[in-house]
Amino acid sequence: MSPTKLNLKDKYKLLTRDLDWEFSYEDRQEAFPYEEFEGIKITDWDKWEDPFRLTMDAYWKYQAEKEKKLYAIYDAFSQNNGHTNVTDARYVNAIKLFLTGVSPGEHAAHLGFAFTGRQMGGIGARVAAQMQSIDELRHIQTQIHAMSHYNKFFDGFDEFNHMHDRVWYLSVPKSFFEDARTAGPFEFMVAIGFSFEYVLTNLLFVPFMSGAAYNGDMATVTFGFSAQSDEARHMTLGLEIIKFLLEQHEDNVPIVQKWLDKWLWRGYRLLTLVAMMMDYMLPQKFMSWQEAWELYFEDAGGALFKDLERYGIKMPDYTETIKQEKEHLSHQAWWTFYQYTHAAAFHTWTPSSDEMDWLSEKYPNTFDKYYRPRWELAAEMEAKGERFYTTGLPQLCQTCQIPMMFTEVDDPSQVAYRESVYNDERFHFCSDPCKSIFDNEPEKYVHAWLPVHQILQGNCGGGGLDKVIEYYHLDNGAANLEFEGSPDAERWKQWKGVA
Amino acid sequence: MTIEIKTSTMKPVRNTYAHIQRRFGDKPATRYQEATYDVHSTHNFHYKPLWDQERELNDPARTAVVMADWYDLKDPRQFYYGPYVQNRAKMQETAENNFSFFEKRGLAAGLDEVLRAKIIETVIPMRHAEVAANLNNMYGTAHGTGTAVTQALIFEAMDRFGNAQYFSKIGLALDDNTGSSLVEAKQHWMSNPIWQGLRAYCEKTLTIKDWFEAFIAQDIVLDTLINDLYYRQFDVWLTANGGRDLLLLMEFMQQRAKESQRWSDSVLKSVVAESEHNANQIRAWISTWRIRAQEALAPLANALLCEQALAEAFSVLEQRLGKVGLGH
Ligand SMILES: [Fe+2]
Ligand SMILES: [Fe+2]
Ligand SMILES: [Zn+2]
Repeated sequence: MSPTKLNLKDKYKLLTRDLDWEFSYEDRQEAFPYEEFEGIKITDWDKWEDPFRLTMDAYWKYQAEKEKKLYAIYDAFSQNNGHTNVTDARYVNAIKLFLTGVSPGEHAAHLGFAFTGRQMGGIGARVAAQMQSIDELRHIQTQIHAMSHYNKFFDGFDEFNHMHDRVWYLSVPKSFFEDARTAGPFEFMVAIGFSFEYVLTNLLFVPFMSGAAYNGDMATVTFGFSAQSDEARHMTLGLEIIKFLLEQHEDNVPIVQKWLDKWLWRGYRLLTLVAMMMDYMLPQKFMSWQEAWELYFEDAGGALFKDLERYGIKMPDYTETIKQEKEHLSHQAWWTFYQYTHAAAFHTWTPSSDEMDWLSEKYPNTFDKYYRPRWELAAEMEAKGERFYTTGLPQLCQTCQIPMMFTEVDDPSQVAYRESVYNDERFHFCSDPCKSIFDNEPEKYVHAWLPVHQILQGNCGGGGLDKVIEYYHLDNGAANLEFEGSPDAERWKQWKGVA
Repeated sequence: MTIEIKTSTMKPVRNTYAHIQRRFGDKPATRYQEATYDVHSTHNFHYKPLWDQERELNDPARTAVVMADWYDLKDPRQFYYGPYVQNRAKMQETAENNFSFFEKRGLAAGLDEVLRAKIIETVIPMRHAEVAANLNNMYGTAHGTGTAVTQALIFEAMDRFGNAQYFSKIGLALDDNTGSSLVEAKQHWMSNPIWQGLRAYCEKTLTIKDWFEAFIAQDIVLDTLINDLYYRQFDVWLTANGGRDLLLLMEFMQQRAKESQRWSDSVLKSVVAESEHNANQIRAWISTWRIRAQEALAPLANALLCEQALAEAFSVLEQRLGKVGLGH
């Protein structure tokens, strides 16, 4: 009998799964101590289906090819002063938001997947997580390099990592990723691997990249294309983790459901920044926030949850709230930033009359009724040289850390407030889901580093707003305030030969 | 004659990011600098890790070693993601050619049975030990401080996983792609007395809590000894004992080990040079792990080479430690 040669699948198995072994000399739990505290039950790691079969040598080969091409474009971009080819200098503010708000999240994801890539007991899952970890390192580094050229010619990029740890609105993405990283390994995988990478990627990563494509930003869009196949791998890992957990034990179902409810809401709140970027910050718009939400969440996400029904998983019950909010979100967000832009590392502006017409068309039920009058008033004041800023400090939601700006679902004129009392202390929330996330784990969320509280306690430079701006390393008069008249705007006019 | 294309240069407002300027001045920075320095979050952490309520996220206190600036641990290879994968892609191309040459020329058939059996017994089980190396370096990435060292640690981790696959592929090259050699090698790893010491050592390293201690136990103590035994002494032995063709299949691992040692030497050197406190802590770790390594490797080194082999490897470790001021 001649021995049979291995097929590809079995060969991959020998090159991964079979490398692990049963411990004889130490308690395996000592080596993988975090597998049980979340209540997740794993009965058999062998049931893990490898989401992609990539050996290390193949990984090096593919990724090296992609890197080579990407950096060739970066070099050409800076040699040709590619920053002058974007639609308008206002566009660049979208990628300032990306570098300060999103890119550090790539690094947080890198560390989080390194943690799960070390701590999960099954080698198949570990290897997939490790490959995602090193991919996420790729993303932060290639993003820093993509923006490196913009940083030389525009304000607001240069302190991105100092700001990420300090500035008020950047605590929204920072606390999101830290919430996931401080959770156990399985919650992290559901939070970032599934909810974020699988369900929400088309609403976060893709809008920035499409925005770049529509606005002549060669560096960012090339990065986007280059990361596409990484993201495809991340999505298959996200789907596998959810199926694996649900199939392992029925006791996992309610735990996973609770995590999905939490993380889809956390992610959705984070997308507030994307909504305003799409509707207000892109000179050349590709789609409205509402359209993107309907296409990628209501349609695609709906089909996904249909698929998960057989495990006993249901769509989170707040999706009706989101449905109502989708016509308001971007307007309320941009209005908030418009007022507080003196404490932000990007510029804001009133939409032009063409842009307002676009918004009316895209949001026929809400824009003219609630938001157009505000912008017209703002434009009027600006014309009189009385550009409007708010000097008071807003109250922040204890969970999502966004200022209280969201209105009641049934009354767009009424800002929503919720509260809970824990250990005799009162905590404030923007919405029912944010309140219930807190109520499920109050001992965790009391430790949130809330920027406004910290300012009031004197932990952000002490003293007044000028001290806070210094603490942020915000280049006052250059990186912040109104776009019109900013150094960015003035330089742009010079480059374009406009007086 | 050279041709010169004129490009229009615009005067930049600044040359690099502010944190890079604070370290190196406002001048054009390298891509390694921008990709590496100060990328780790350092302030204002939210929440306490459910898996370690005593410390914060990114807490430098996850090791007993103390550094004023963790970015002193820069990589002499200047690897960030791009150069790392491109360098390894080149090395794997050579390895791929070596493996296909070995297969095409039927070189496995030219090995005598005794040597073949020796490889399966004393070399292929290394594929399992490499998984421990993968995990120990991954542990440092997850818990270490500063992108300078944490990125190098994930590169090392992925390399070691690659090694585990190369050792497996050597087995496949010897068993005509049936996998039988890997089944056999795993039995050796699990129950052959010559491997039990190393397996116990590997399992022990995976229970270490301090990430820098894991680096010492794995990348300094164990790897120095393994590298000398497998990639130097055994290399010589194969050449002398009719196994020259096998060197083709070991080349990736041998070159990689040499290169990576340049990095781990420089990490060790910076940490030891930082303070007497660090040096003493590292001495204490080394003295424990070297005793364990002595016990773990004696039967294996003996089976692979000879009685004196391990002592020779230990003298290499001695030299290596001596160079960074950790000698006796
Ligand atoms: Fe990413
Ligand atoms: Fe991703
Ligand atoms: Zn909230």
